[in-house]
Amino acid sequence: MSDDHDHHDGHDDHELRVSKIRSGTVIDHVRGGQALNVLAILGIDGSDGEEVSVGMNVPSDRFARKDIVKVEGRELSQDEVDVLSLIAPDATINIVRDYDVIEKHRVERPDLVEEVLSCPNTGCITTGDEPVSSRFEVLDDGVRCGYCETIVRDGIPSLIDT
Amino acid sequence: MSHSLSATQNGEIQGLGKSQHERMRHDHLITSKQLSRADIETVLDRAAEIDADPSAVADRHANSVLGLLFFEPSTRTKMSFETAMKRLGGSVIDMGSIESSSVKKGETLADTVRVTEGYADALVLRHPKQGSATMASEFVDVPLLNAGDGAGHHPTQTLLDLYTIRENAGLDDLTIGIMGDLKYGRTVHSLSYALTNFDTRQHFISPESLQLPRDVVYDLHQQGERTQIREHDSLEEILPSLDVLYVTRIQRERFPDENEYQKIAGEYQIDLETLEDARDELTVMHPLPRVDEIAPEIDDTDHAAYFEQAHNGIPVRMALLDLLLENHTRGDTDE
Repeated sequence: MSDDHDHHDGHDDHELRVSKIRSGTVIDHVRGGQALNVLAILGIDGSDGEEVSVGMNVPSDRFARKDIVKVEGRELSQDEVDVLSLIAPDATINIVRDYDVIEKHRVERPDLVEEVLSCPNTGCITTGDEPVSSRFEVLDDGVRCGYCETIVRDGIPSLIDT
Repeated sequence: MSHSLSATQNGEIQGLGKSQHERMRHDHLITSKQLSRADIETVLDRAAEIDADPSAVADRHANSVLGLLFFEPSTRTKMSFETAMKRLGGSVIDMGSIESSSVKKGETLADTVRVTEGYADALVLRHPKQGSATMASEFVDVPLLNAGDGAGHHPTQTLLDLYTIRENAGLDDLTIGIMGDLKYGRTVHSLSYALTNFDTRQHFISPESLQLPRDVVYDLHQQGERTQIREHDSLEEILPSLDVLYVTRIQRERFPDENEYQKIAGEYQIDLETLEDARDELTVMHPLPRVDEIAPEIDDTDHAAYFEQAHNGIPVRMALLDLLLENHTRGDTDE
């Protein structure tokens, strides 16, 4: 499969805002304003030296405004990107090699997300000093803590464990 | 009856349904949500057998030790587990108060249960944090029974409630009213989940500020195709249709204002006059302790089942310990 990954929204001037990458992952059609949360969920903070480009509130045909995240040198797996469905359900993932998109997929809602979110319930056992990582069941309209069973429908980005 | 196997994501359930020995096949008892109708019936049938002839099981677990880990004060539940284990011939060890234990030194719950599982054949845990029993069960191999995890679950209370309902009114084609503090009352949530396994009409009666949490309502709807759920702010309109009225205490500390508390709590108290419109067969239950939700004049009527309910904690906990210890002793050869 070959595609010019910067031009599929019909905005020829994208490369002026966010440069093309040679090899890596482009996460496109992220809801406007969520790009930094996408990076947080993926645990990418630049400290490993990855080249990361972020476009925020870029004009889009599909949404009025979208965010776009490009990570040079890292091909993200389906499992890694599925967790993005919680905050960027419409995101498309382009795996790029030598400037060509070789794989393109949508995020799918996983059944379970582990070690990504922290429980907002202060009475939950996972909020103490116990040697336990968080686990959330993914519901149609939110997430549910696997320990205290608290359901969170709004404000999921604020629970991202950074 | 279904023989299907299933597992939860955290693996707390090994298998559901009746085996050829009609044993309950869980490793742990964490929440009433994990219990199928077959599981509930297995426990209640065993409890009824024990109730009818307690001497038949007097030495059944003579070499077994039950560990009690109570991180919150409890008198009834703790005493009831202690008695149940002793009447099975077993013995009990007790962590004692938190002040005198390693917890005071900052030990995690995960470490506490990993150490104590080496001392006991089964553990009973009460802990103030929600989800504590689920977490603890992930660290131990011996059966773990949840005796209350904060605002979470209290499944052994649920099973003794179900036993009392079955003895007095039957569990199918049941119309039950559950009244009082439905927001914070974990016994109410656990009981409601369990009742979705049966053909029941559940009426929830509470002031608006103490209604069932929306998450619980969501779960009840998800879980119970056979259950009808209605919410009311007054008992009057549905009292005549009820087989069982389950009353819970409205706590003073839920209200910032004393007058407000007096006014609201008063509307959810029952006496002989309240029950004039009730069916003769109405069974009145309460998890106890009560304050003034049920007038003492009801105690001597045929409606009152709350002391019987408390006493039922013994055969039901004996049945649970018996089933879980039996499972555990048989170990991996089960499959």
